[in-house]
Amino acid sequence: MSSTIREADLGPSKITPLPARTAANAPAPQAHGIARNPGMKLDLGFMESMRSVNRSALERRVASLTKRRSIKADNQAAWLLRAVACMDLTTLNSNDTEERVRRLCAKAVNPFRRDIVEGLGITGEKIRPAAVCVYHPFVATAVDALRGSGIHVAAVSTAFPHGLTPLSTRLQEIEASVKDGADEIDVVIPRGLVFGAKWQELYNEIVSMRAACGEAHLKVILGTGDLATLRNVMLASMVAMMAGADFIKTSTGKESVNATLPVGLAMVRAIRAYFEETGYLIGFKPAGGISTAKASLDWLVLMKEELGRRWLEPDLFRFGASSLLTDIERQLEHHLTGHYSANHRHAMA
Amino acid sequence: MNILERYHAMDYGPAPEARNETDAWLAARDFGKALFVGGDWKAAGGGRTFDTSDPSSGKLLAKVSDAGAADIDAAVSAATKALPKWSASSGYSRAKVLYAIGRAMQRHQRLFAVLESIDNGKPIRESRDIDVPLAIRHFIHHAGWAQALDKDFPDQKGVGVVGQIIPWNFPLLMLAWKIAPALAAGCTVVLKPAEFTPLTAILFAEICERSGVPKGVVNIVQGGPQAGAAIVNHPGVQKIAFTGSSEVGKIIRKATAGSGKKLSLELGGKSAFVVFEDADLDSAVEGLVDGIWFNQGQVCCAGSRLLVQEGIADAFIAKVKTRMSRLRVGSPLDKNTDIGPLVDLTQLDRVRGLVAAGAKQGAVCWQPDVALPSSGYYHLPTLATGVSPANILAQEEVFGPVLATMTFRNTEEAIELANNTRYGLAASVWSENVNLALHVAPQLKAGVVWVNGTNMFDAACGFGGYRESGFGREGGREGMFEYLSAKLPLGPAIKPAVAAAQSIERAEGDAIDRTAKLFIGGKQVRPDGNYSIAVATAKGKLAGEVGLGSRKDIRDAVAAARACKGWPEATAYNRSQVLYYLAENLSGRADEFAARLTELTGATAKAAREEVEMSIERLFLYAGLTDKFEGRVHQPPARAVTLALHEPVGVVGIVAPDNAPLLGLISLVAPALAMGNTVVAVPSEKYPLVATDLYQIIEYSDVPTGAINIVTGRSAELAGVLAKHDDVDGLWVFADAETCDKAEADSVGNLKRVWTGNGRSLDWTSTEAAGDAFLRRAIEVKNVWVPYGD
Repeated sequence: MSSTIREADLGPSKITPLPARTAANAPAPQAHGIARNPGMKLDLGFMESMRSVNRSALERRVASLTKRRSIKADNQAAWLLRAVACMDLTTLNSNDTEERVRRLCAKAVNPFRRDIVEGLGITGEKIRPAAVCVYHPFVATAVDALRGSGIHVAAVSTAFPHGLTPLSTRLQEIEASVKDGADEIDVVIPRGLVFGAKWQELYNEIVSMRAACGEAHLKVILGTGDLATLRNVMLASMVAMMAGADFIKTSTGKESVNATLPVGLAMVRAIRAYFEETGYLIGFKPAGGISTAKASLDWLVLMKEELGRRWLEPDLFRFGASSLLTDIERQLEHHLTGHYSANHRHAMA
Repeated sequence: MNILERYHAMDYGPAPEARNETDAWLAARDFGKALFVGGDWKAAGGGRTFDTSDPSSGKLLAKVSDAGAADIDAAVSAATKALPKWSASSGYSRAKVLYAIGRAMQRHQRLFAVLESIDNGKPIRESRDIDVPLAIRHFIHHAGWAQALDKDFPDQKGVGVVGQIIPWNFPLLMLAWKIAPALAAGCTVVLKPAEFTPLTAILFAEICERSGVPKGVVNIVQGGPQAGAAIVNHPGVQKIAFTGSSEVGKIIRKATAGSGKKLSLELGGKSAFVVFEDADLDSAVEGLVDGIWFNQGQVCCAGSRLLVQEGIADAFIAKVKTRMSRLRVGSPLDKNTDIGPLVDLTQLDRVRGLVAAGAKQGAVCWQPDVALPSSGYYHLPTLATGVSPANILAQEEVFGPVLATMTFRNTEEAIELANNTRYGLAASVWSENVNLALHVAPQLKAGVVWVNGTNMFDAACGFGGYRESGFGREGGREGMFEYLSAKLPLGPAIKPAVAAAQSIERAEGDAIDRTAKLFIGGKQVRPDGNYSIAVATAKGKLAGEVGLGSRKDIRDAVAAARACKGWPEATAYNRSQVLYYLAENLSGRADEFAARLTELTGATAKAAREEVEMSIERLFLYAGLTDKFEGRVHQPPARAVTLALHEPVGVVGIVAPDNAPLLGLISLVAPALAMGNTVVAVPSEKYPLVATDLYQIIEYSDVPTGAINIVTGRSAELAGVLAKHDDVDGLWVFADAETCDKAEADSVGNLKRVWTGNGRSLDWTSTEAAGDAFLRRAIEVKNVWVPYGD
């Protein structure tokens, strides 16, 4: 009378595994790596079947989701370490300098105070952000600073944050960042294509971006705060995945509304549908406004509940964050000492 | 496990809610003196107690006073003693008490939540985030009603001492639903919690002590079925409010028949959860989690029948199974628990038995492979597919985490399947198409319909059922009426009908002989039995003969009334014009009807003329009100609107009185028709010719076939047939006491809504004999929740 439901297991399937990418964290999540999404033709019928997104129901789901799960004590410390391992440590400011980027990279390589590493018993494990995310002019600096660490370098690209330059310019931008050594490219979509329902044009642009990326992984930022409805978020997610996105990402951090859980829920449901249809695993990156340890746990719970354990690895889940790391450090210190901590007790980036 | 291992595992682990404060409260109390009567804590007579235990472990929590009949008597006395002062106190002062209760509960919110979870087994997330906040909301909401009473309910008074019996599935919330409106209305209360879950009610009584509730206004008596029966049968109680099983509800209906006690019943359900192909399927799956896997499925309005459109059925069931495999079954005090234990071993046995029986009848029962605690009354969430409508899992209320699934082909079939049940408490409709959702919602026979949601509740929105799910509403304006009564100008007792002597001599005159038949399905038909009875004039001569209607004629009339769709589905404007037209045509023959009244009743020409004129006026009144007695739109504290729709009760049987044979009949039939009901009327037994004279008027007034049916004959006998007819939804009886009592007692077959004059006559000429009080009897309030946002 009883049977077991599989979580997303990886084989046997039609997927030919690509060579494993160097993992920032040891050990590598899957020995054989993850099959890269080749994309598919734009399937408007599939999109149509995903059109039904009921905002108030999604809001109720996330409201109860964060109340249904509670992570305490040692588990909480472990989950916060997981949040760090799934982090794209980010600086995207107009006043960034090479020195500032070098500092950020140093923090990424060595995120925790020594006593915290020892106290948590993780000395044998390199737990640190999966990538550092910067503007194009700082890619080379970051690549230098992170050489040999296994930490990826991600570049925001394609006229970030608006995406409103000629396509050729945007593609050249990707190529330049790849040339400088970025192995992850975070592109933005022109939001107007969504409002105009110009799905074929959007699809074509993302296909070209994917081609420009080459071996570098493509994260497609939807700018969900601009898209107005969860239905638009869902449809744009589907187009991005069909066009070959490795990751879909919520926000640039520059929209007036950042990553919210209802938006995240719509996007992970899109990822689930794409997986069920094609067998490919697409990553998810919420970004913007996620600055507290508590908030990071909510997102991890969302991933685990909606997609399963497999999506709690850095090859399928990333936080785009800048100040989150410090808050997590404070919580970890509190976990060890029972004392509430202060920002200045932890090295700044 | 060290942190690194946990980092790799990424499990949730236990997150226990602290219970030390609650254990301290339990340890400090003397549960042998747990009866809260007249403001004092008392032991039960003879010191009897019963056990209450923790369903997650079976361990004894407390031995609680077990009230007997004498204790109930004392509680009713205390409530009676407190009544005059409390009911006379100002709305403002009662509002202050209700507000104080709500605020005090807020200050002890977590204690209530933990205590509830320990006693009932419900997950702490639910008691903390749903039960307790909603209970508080009820008190604060009803503080407002206390103060608004004079303005919003003119001419209404609190019914008096109320007896309230509540179930174990939402112990505190059901207490709040019962006590808050009663106190707002100025009633005093004797409330009996369920034996399985007495504890939060005891804590609530402590709150009352501290919140300025006058002694005797709230009495809480712990006990079992005997205590319940003593409340139901107590002559000092003016109203019974019961939430629980349909089985016990029917016993209470029978026990209170003829007692004149006001009654509201909130009973079982087998609520449909309808998923159309254009629904947000992932959200609908979550709706099921909130629908059938909320409170272990021990919810009267649980969405226990999943109806899913064929084209998406496989995909949807796959999603449901995946979701079920992520449900966590475990300790109620673990913050990560989705499903706790059932309340008691007896309940667990019952659910297991029903699942086994369902499987035997062909259902495929699937359960996810999730961990189950080793002790405690746990039951895995269960999905039954391949369930035919005849399967026990589709028919019976399981009251456990068991979902029965069926598919449908089109909208019409979805509605038919949804309504294919004796119950009618709630329903969910999932579709992104607002046209479809709002097309289906009014057609579902259920007191609450959630569009793209489930188990949403609020104090401002009425809750209650159709059919055997009971009657009366809780919450909101309609809930307040359950604790209020308007003074009807009831007169002397009606004497039982005496059969007229059959050998009366024909009155003089040379008119052509007329045959008064029955009026069924738009036609004048002979009675099935082909007997007639004589009708006498006031002077004892033969006025004529009418058909002697029998049970078969009632059967045919009910079938005709049920088949009539043209009337309930007509627009209110259309019904209005038909009623005006009836008035117009009656007016055209006013002289003839006045003469008939004089002939039969001996009324003076003036009095007879007045009765006719008043009947015409009353038809005019209700014609005008068809499109004015409308529902409201609630705005609960959520992004949703709740449409409180006034729907017709359905087929209404009417047994009209002898006093004012025309006006009495019209005063009852017109409001029923105005609200879209179809009617089977039994006219005055003594003066039926007044009604048979109406046939022609009905025939040429554009009344749809079957909307009005008239069966002449012996009122008591025909009332009994109507009472026992399970396709009659409402029954209004103005006859002698015995007929009224029997109508109530015999209505338990389908729990039809019965309204009687308790054997007293009514002054039909009075202004109180018309208006909202009658229209309210002619409708069911259906609350349709429509969440929105894009």
